[in-house]
Amino acid sequence: MDCVVTGGNVKVLAKAIHSLSRIGDELYLEPQEDGLTLRTVNSSRSAYACFLFTPLFFSRYVNPEGHGFRCKMAIKSVQAVFRSLATLEKTVEKCHIELDADRNRLTFTLHCKHGLLKTHNLSFQDSESLQAVFDKDSSTNVLKAQPRVLADTVLNFPPSLDEVTVTVSDERVWFRNHVDQEAEPSKAMLTELCLSSDEFDHFEVRARSSVTFCLKELRGLLVFAESTGLPVSMYFDKPGSPVVLSVTDSVLDGNFVLATLSDESGVQTSDRAGTPAPPADDFMNDELESYLIAMDTSMAAGPSVPAPLAPGRVGSPTATPDPWSPAHSEPGEDLTEVEEEPGRPPNKKFRSLFFGSVYPPGSPLGGHTPSSQKVLASDSEDDG
Amino acid sequence: MPLSTQSQTDDAQYILVASLDNARNISNILKAITFKDHAIFSATPNGLKVTVEDSKCLQANAFIQADIFQEFTIKEDSVGFQVNLTVLLDCLTIFGGSTVPGVSTALRMCYMGYGYPLTLFLEEGGVVTVCKINTQEPEEPIDFDFCSSNVTNKVILQSESLKEAFSELDMTSEVLQITMSPNQPYFRLSTFGNSGNAHYDYPKDSDMMELFQCTKTQINRYKMSLLKSSTKALALSCKVSVRTDSRGFLSLQYLVRNNDGQICFVEYYCCPDEEVGDD
Repeated sequence: MDCVVTGGNVKVLAKAIHSLSRIGDELYLEPQEDGLTLRTVNSSRSAYACFLFTPLFFSRYVNPEGHGFRCKMAIKSVQAVFRSLATLEKTVEKCHIELDADRNRLTFTLHCKHGLLKTHNLSFQDSESLQAVFDKDSSTNVLKAQPRVLADTVLNFPPSLDEVTVTVSDERVWFRNHVDQEAEPSKAMLTELCLSSDEFDHFEVRARSSVTFCLKELRGLLVFAESTGLPVSMYFDKPGSPVVLSVTDSVLDGNFVLATLSDESGVQTSDRAGTPAPPADDFMNDELESYLIAMDTSMAAGPSVPAPLAPGRVGSPTATPDPWSPAHSEPGEDLTEVEEEPGRPPNKKFRSLFFGSVYPPGSPLGGHTPSSQKVLASDSEDDG
Repeated sequence: MPLSTQSQTDDAQYILVASLDNARNISNILKAITFKDHAIFSATPNGLKVTVEDSKCLQANAFIQADIFQEFTIKEDSVGFQVNLTVLLDCLTIFGGSTVPGVSTALRMCYMGYGYPLTLFLEEGGVVTVCKINTQEPEEPIDFDFCSSNVTNKVILQSESLKEAFSELDMTSEVLQITMSPNQPYFRLSTFGNSGNAHYDYPKDSDMMELFQCTKTQINRYKMSLLKSSTKALALSCKVSVRTDSRGFLSLQYLVRNNDGQICFVEYYCCPDEEVGDD
């Protein structure tokens, strides 16, 4: 891979990397014919983000390795290359990204003013493909707004707020902070903002709906959208189905896919927020299958793979195996090198939405009872 | 000036008296070299030199010439003592660090000689504070034996570009490697950290490069933790000269302009971590 980014696009690339760093710790890089893809996923697998930069984004884009080259590296290392964002525009003339396959290094060379050359040789690891399967076009509801509108909206919520609920009706959208049902009523503060449909560039609501997702992740995308001025589109259906936030222009395409809290008590309709119906804690339902991440495990699915969880079969709330358990890794990869800490239980509310389901639904796995599943990914080497 | 009401008899006892209308002209420079608690003060009729050392490998010297001071009287050829630099700085900024335009702290620094404390008279807005700081036996500063005749490579850069590089240096790297050569890459700073290595190259014809005199290729490594101490001095400076001698010892000289436009110098000497090799 050998590509060159010039002028203002260097800052766009840097901003994309910074906004990906708000989601996950590792950057998955995959150069292909249709462009360079940068992806990341968070540790609880409840948020996935992906930027595709088409060849036109670059002043030179050459990919002699063709398909098959994929790597991942710590996102902090790449951020270090583009450290001072504020001065990037003024000092960097072009950025050259080149793969040195022999030495497993990715070289970023920044050509700066005054002849200064900054070269960063970053080591990377081979990685499996990270891809979420989602279909935004079949979403029930689609909203599109200028980034300023959304940025001003989220400003009303405290930076510490975890989750936000977005509710739509035929003509309006409500943004409300999600209050944990366990929170003390005397300490809870409810903030609600209502926007009418004419604040949006595009407002298509086919079914009233209310979805709750992580605000921090939305802010991550807004950082990018505001700096590039690109409008943000939001695609969503009902609680439990992921919301897709997307920015796009002729040379790039960014998608943030975020899990939403499901609500077993039925779709929340919203005319006014009175007391919102408390969302259920457990939220697996079979329709998530259409949003599974496809794992490109190039080895054939075989019994050596431990039982992945078919959705809807979760017993206890913590029984969610991490699909990136050791046995899912690519052949040849060190099996002890798992990217996440399998011992750490996923976030209680947004559990793993994306599964590496190797077996098709309706397979013999349907007979698995929760008790026979391992609680979390690590092998339980029983003592004695 | 209220401080000049000091009686003549007191004055006669001091072997060193140095006065400044604006104490910032000394405190800013001293802040830049406060990477260790203790500093060796050495005064001569030429002015004041303040030395701070770290692990016998790094030495910083701040030079404040006599003509920077409004009054500089010295009764001996050389006066030396050691004080706690942190305490001294606390005293110099005793009226608070904020800069209100038009208001400055006036300083009168007096020393009676061996065994006596360093006395500071500070005045701002009519309020006078007297500080007496205990002095210690001055240690002998290390002589790095760095002389101009032994200099192999020398460059003078505008601080602007070096400041950016220093602020971005990968701190997970234990060393900072400096390459100076008459050929490519001319002047290069390299780090070797957890995520990989990084190089900052300054070509000899860059407009940031004011002087380029490299006679032979030298690659030397210095402990990052030591050189990081020079960042504050770099931040204050407008120009820096980088020199290495045949042993690989590094000399960094910073040209600092104070608030009144006067020039002071801060220099750093650092010994190499290990010899990578001189080609």
